Amino acid sequence: MMASSYNAKDEDGHHPGSVGSGGPGAVKSKKPDNTAFKQQRLPAWQPILTAGTVLPAFFMIGLIFIPIGIGLLVTSNNIKEFEVRAVAIATSYCVIRALCSYTAPRTKDFSNVFMYYGLSNFYQNHRRYVKSRDDSQLNGDKSSLLNPSKECEPYRTSDKKSIAPCGAIANSLFNDTLELFYIHPNGSRIAIHLVKTGIAWWTDKHVKFRNPGENNNNLSIVFQDTSKPVNWRKPVYELDPSDPDNNGFINEDFIVWMRTAALPTFRKLYRIIQKKKDNMTPTLPPGNYSLEVIYNYPVRSFDGRKRMILSTISWMGGKNPFLGIAYITVGSVCFFLGVVLLIIHHKYGNRNNNADIPN
Amino acid sequence: TKLNFSSALEEERHVRANDRDYNERFSYADNRIKTAKYNVFTFLPINLFEQFQRFANAYFLVLLILQLIPEISSLSWFTTIVPLVLVLAITAVKDATDDYFRHKSDQQVNTRQSQVLIKGKLQNEKWMNVRVGDIIKLENNQFVAADLLLLSSSEPYGLCYIETAELDGETNLKVRQALTVTSDLGDDVAKLADFSGEVICEPPNNKLDKFTGTLCWKDNKYSLDNEKMLLRGCVLRNTEWCFGLVIFAGLQTKLMQNCGRTKFKRTSIDKLMNTLVLWIFGFLICMGIILAIGNTIWEQKVGSDFWEYLQWKELTINAVFSGFLTFWSYIIILNTVVPISLYVSVEVLRLGHSYFINWDRRMYYSRKATPAEARTTTLNEELGQVEFIFSDKTGTLTQNIMVFNKCSINGKTYGDVYDEFGHKVDITEKTPCVDFSFNPLMDRKFRFHDSSLVEAIKLEEPLVQEFFRLLALCHTIMPEERNEGELVYQAQSPDEGALVTAARNFGFVFRSRTPETITLYEMGQAVTYQLLAILDFNNVRKRMSVIVRNPKGQLKLYSKGADTILFDRLDPSNEELMFTTSEHLNEFAGEGLRTLALAYKDLDEDVFDEWMKKLLFASTALDNREEKLGALYEEIEQGMLLLGATAIEDKLQEGVPETIACLTLANIKIWVLTGDKLETAMNIGYSCNMLRDDMNTVFIISGHTMLEVQQELSKDKFSSGLDMEKTELYSSDSVFEETIIAEYALIINGHSLAHALEADLEQILVDVACLCKTVICCRVTPLQKALVVELIKRHKRAVTLAIGDGANDVSMIKTAHIGVGISGQEGMQAVLASDYSFAQFRYLQRLLLVHGRWSYHRMCNFLCYFFYKNFAFTLVHFWYGFLCGFSAQTVYDQWFITLFNIVYTSLPVLAMGLFDQDVNEQYSLRFPNLYRPGQLNQLFNKRKFFTCTLQGVCTSFILFFIPYGAFMTAVRDDGAHISDQQTFAVTIATSLVIVVSVQIGLDTNYWTAVNHFFIWGSLAVYFAILFAMHSDGIFTIFPNQFPFIGTARNSLNQKIVWLVILLTTVVCIMPMVAVRFIKADLYPTQTDKVRLLQQATRKQGPQEQNLRRVRRTSSRRSAYAFAHQQGYGELITSGKNMKVPTSSTSTYPLYSPTRGLTGTSSASICKCFRHQKH
Repeated sequence: MMASSYNAKDEDGHHPGSVGSGGPGAVKSKKPDNTAFKQQRLPAWQPILTAGTVLPAFFMIGLIFIPIGIGLLVTSNNIKEFEVRAVAIATSYCVIRALCSYTAPRTKDFSNVFMYYGLSNFYQNHRRYVKSRDDSQLNGDKSSLLNPSKECEPYRTSDKKSIAPCGAIANSLFNDTLELFYIHPNGSRIAIHLVKTGIAWWTDKHVKFRNPGENNNNLSIVFQDTSKPVNWRKPVYELDPSDPDNNGFINEDFIVWMRTAALPTFRKLYRIIQKKKDNMTPTLPPGNYSLEVIYNYPVRSFDGRKRMILSTISWMGGKNPFLGIAYITVGSVCFFLGVVLLIIHHKYGNRNNNADIPN
Repeated sequence: TKLNFSSALEEERHVRANDRDYNERFSYADNRIKTAKYNVFTFLPINLFEQFQRFANAYFLVLLILQLIPEISSLSWFTTIVPLVLVLAITAVKDATDDYFRHKSDQQVNTRQSQVLIKGKLQNEKWMNVRVGDIIKLENNQFVAADLLLLSSSEPYGLCYIETAELDGETNLKVRQALTVTSDLGDDVAKLADFSGEVICEPPNNKLDKFTGTLCWKDNKYSLDNEKMLLRGCVLRNTEWCFGLVIFAGLQTKLMQNCGRTKFKRTSIDKLMNTLVLWIFGFLICMGIILAIGNTIWEQKVGSDFWEYLQWKELTINAVFSGFLTFWSYIIILNTVVPISLYVSVEVLRLGHSYFINWDRRMYYSRKATPAEARTTTLNEELGQVEFIFSDKTGTLTQNIMVFNKCSINGKTYGDVYDEFGHKVDITEKTPCVDFSFNPLMDRKFRFHDSSLVEAIKLEEPLVQEFFRLLALCHTIMPEERNEGELVYQAQSPDEGALVTAARNFGFVFRSRTPETITLYEMGQAVTYQLLAILDFNNVRKRMSVIVRNPKGQLKLYSKGADTILFDRLDPSNEELMFTTSEHLNEFAGEGLRTLALAYKDLDEDVFDEWMKKLLFASTALDNREEKLGALYEEIEQGMLLLGATAIEDKLQEGVPETIACLTLANIKIWVLTGDKLETAMNIGYSCNMLRDDMNTVFIISGHTMLEVQQELSKDKFSSGLDMEKTELYSSDSVFEETIIAEYALIINGHSLAHALEADLEQILVDVACLCKTVICCRVTPLQKALVVELIKRHKRAVTLAIGDGANDVSMIKTAHIGVGISGQEGMQAVLASDYSFAQFRYLQRLLLVHGRWSYHRMCNFLCYFFYKNFAFTLVHFWYGFLCGFSAQTVYDQWFITLFNIVYTSLPVLAMGLFDQDVNEQYSLRFPNLYRPGQLNQLFNKRKFFTCTLQGVCTSFILFFIPYGAFMTAVRDDGAHISDQQTFAVTIATSLVIVVSVQIGLDTNYWTAVNHFFIWGSLAVYFAILFAMHSDGIFTIFPNQFPFIGTARNSLNQKIVWLVILLTTVVCIMPMVAVRFIKADLYPTQTDKVRLLQQATRKQGPQEQNLRRVRRTSSRRSAYAFAHQQGYGELITSGKNMKVPTSSTSTYPLYSPTRGLTGTSSASICKCFRHQKH
């Protein structure tokens, strides 16, 4: 059909048969369409790793990373000062269930101070532990409250009543009480006000965790058919009887605990010491402090350790020397590599690449 | 007689004509052909069964079952079932479409119509309804529907002509003759319907040239041989009709038996992939064991102290059992190192590449409106690794069209066209043709460009007239004139056809012949010559002559033959002319034309009478008849006068020499395997530039016994080895093959090949053949073609490609790693058996150097990246195991695990695998040695695999330990803790997605809009899905499935998280960049160089590079151009193939050498035909 008008050049020409498809006489040509896609001639950017692009990239990364690293390190080191005493506490642990007391001198600081508890060698990331919870129960689902997920076994029921909150995580809730006192030079102990709300993620507190029985403020009725977790001293609705917005499943200590840590050594936010309103006196004025721990939580059996950390924060969060050092190292290595590559390229590089292609 | 009823062990076949009831008892195969695998009902079970036979699929099924066991289920069931179902569905859809097309093509063949004699009437039936024992009627130019016993035909003596091109590639017509008893049945339907002969014959087999059987009819027994059989795949020619009895049908026909089993072809990458998957599987088990041991120890040392918090006290007591369970749990979460989507992605890529082949306009042949077609979609990347090409000759390299191109008459050449300045003009489509309108009997298709020859004819130059008269008289062609002036020549060799057609157009029209006369129309006037003798052709004589008496009563001998032979028999007075002609012949040969010299002689009446008597005496001699005849022929063919020479072009397909040159540069070895003769094959070898004058030696192996062949081969090996030592004195044996400077060619014929393929000699054959630059095997059977391919496959471990157009190439096409069929021709067998088909040999260049190279490059990059990606993704769990008490806790969100491979990272790598072009098509063709890495298997092998998995392992290490370091003490900028599992998961997952996206960016050489869209799109989709899955809405609907609520928001708004991601990305990527840069800078590969060149020239603007024109430099004279067989002379003079039975109208006693034996002459004709068939 096309024999008469064949010529090599019209291979690229447009063929009318490929367009019209509806007309009764239009016979569909077998000639493939001349589109850039089908002919693999799509316009394209074809980058090549050349000295002109690679070397500047290395230098650029070096030049950007080193300042970032220095910035991070400086910031982190600024935080460090407040951690010194916290570390002192962190290295100790109480042997007996008793009231421990420590003194810690504080330096001057005007911003909020955060109080963390830390646990070491505690495998909150163990699979059997991690999955032992029922999110829909924690979300206030009535049926799950009375019939928790099987994942919670063996902390699912006790005394033929469902446990609320069920599961191993909830069962092992950290239940030490930490209190901080300022020891006035005259010897009197002044309790420092520790804020216990605002320590959990907003989404956890307001979306993920909800008490069952939306409008029923009397939680003891809502939870009446359930049993408390076996390790707990008191039921879930008595976690913070003073504040209905911090009681039951939406108790923030509980929420924080339920957000399982990724690593076996972790710290969790415990309390916030708010800065003074006048902005003139430091949050924790220099002096001696006493930390009182009501020791409930056994860690000795698994060689675990408890810590208390007081820390301020910066734009990058808490004290974190790792990142700063890592940035400086990577930046330096990149810069150095750039120099090495530059030397190699100039000394040995094939600058006359295309001269010796056979054929 | 006892009959064997079991068809499985058929030892003898009994067929009774027109007796379906009887034949049905044996349950012979019917004539239906079935290549499809499934039908509507069996599709699902069979397909699923097949799919689960695949190791990977079965593995994931097992995984799925494991995941349902709660004790070890570390992942939800959906993480496996979603990808698995997707993979199965895509494969099933593809299989279904493939099978649909097979159904369609089966249907098309099965529903061809044929006329079957049923109940005394001829009825139209579909092919598939033809049964063994049926009598069917064939008409001219129809395909034979099944293997038939010829019963009768329209031609005298029950002769019938067939073309067996589909079967063995030979295009000459062959004669078949029916038994006299059956040919008497004629076309009398009633008689045929009464025919009740029973054939007892051999069981179905694949021997094309052998048939033994007996026909029992009316208490007589007649023996049957292959000369009475019409095989499926042949075409009936020059025979108006014939009747045949179906002996073998459908899959039991010789053609189908010869097709060999359809083997599922797999590419070497496929095989490597399977090995690698097994390795990975082993690696997975190792990891599982390490982690299980770790778990056992941990449970003993740590976990036992911890049971207050981790319930399942019994587990901690029996730590070994816990380790055992952990092993399975880790197998589940680490399953993604065995890439489930690998196979399906590879299939998708190959499918895409196949479509690109189908869509390629540069592989579309407009004259026949045939696009290229990738019929198999699983072999594409192997196209980039081909080392050996086995090509058929007729129809593949050549068009099988002979064209009368030039001639030299009385020392003057005709055929070249000169412009007004006297320069030679290249002949193209547009060159004006000579107008033959003065001749009403001309053949319209004939083209000649030099008008001076016509002028010479019109001027009635006697020698020019004699020249064409000779062409019109001296041949064995049968004319056929259906309507007045509508002449068709039935030539048994296309060369003769071309010569006689030329004479016809120049006004010497061969119009008709009887056994005793030849009638020409010389410039419009009928002239009848008496044909006195045909001095037939044979391989020794290399010439043929006729002796005629013209109307004036003069006796003339006209002779045509090989120049070397004819020049020895010329009159001495011709010497000067001989030299001129000889020069012309050299010139013709240099252009690759096939030449013939023509001479004539006036005979004296007395001498002729004398000679004739001797001849008559010799022809009745009982011993040494052939020799005596030969001596007599020799005697009279002396002292001839040279007329000139003809040059015939065996038209090559377009662009064949250029393609061969280009493929040779790409280090692909091309072997020609042809059923044709040695001389023809060599001639084509020269005209394709495969054989050249400057080659050191052309070895010709044509021994008839094993010993001869061995000697010839080892002699060659010895001498070539010797030369090698001279040229490469200092090179060691191992490299000598690569450093060949001397060029050799090997030509081996079918007899010798049969011996050489035996176990003792095959190693020598392979060695010798691989030393040679060119190998041509001639006179080979279809099976031998396959054996040669098999030999190379076995000994060289190289990728082979076979290309052919006829049914005789089917076995070779099926055997080779890649089979290519030339489409757009009449027969479809080769195309149906092939993996790729296109219309022209020259497209092979594009298929291999462009599509094949790209496919290979893409596939390799794809695989490297794919393994890298999965290792980087999965091994993070391994590292985490050490920090989570080996408890098989996953790092990522389960949804991330489900979607990572199939949503977040599949499209960019698919786009890369589909569109990437390291070097564009022009440069791929310009630098054929870019093809080398594919042949050497450099882009993806076990080493590459180790490198890329190692890179994956390192990446996973970095991905895990940088966030680990950073999150040890990190808190949010509002003081809340951040080192929780979910933030950790989101950070690592985000880093991973970004790192692998950057990596695919680095791997992509050719960023089309699609690549941009997919890469950026994947990132966007990742974040979109991340936020969607962590949103309040989805949590309130499924609180247990989406526990990550709010994590994305709360972690990705932290600067520290982004700093960690940035750091991780840079640390993962930059070392790779440095390594690649150093490699390209210090040790650039060919590809790197060409890419740089390409980039440089792109900036300068495109330059059109002209395709190399290959000039033929051969000055070799083709020995002779006869491509035909002995024996036709007898056929003509005996009048056997004439329609009108000759009455003795001749006044002169006509001589035929076989006349004395005519009583039994059918046997002797057959013997002559059989001569060339071994």
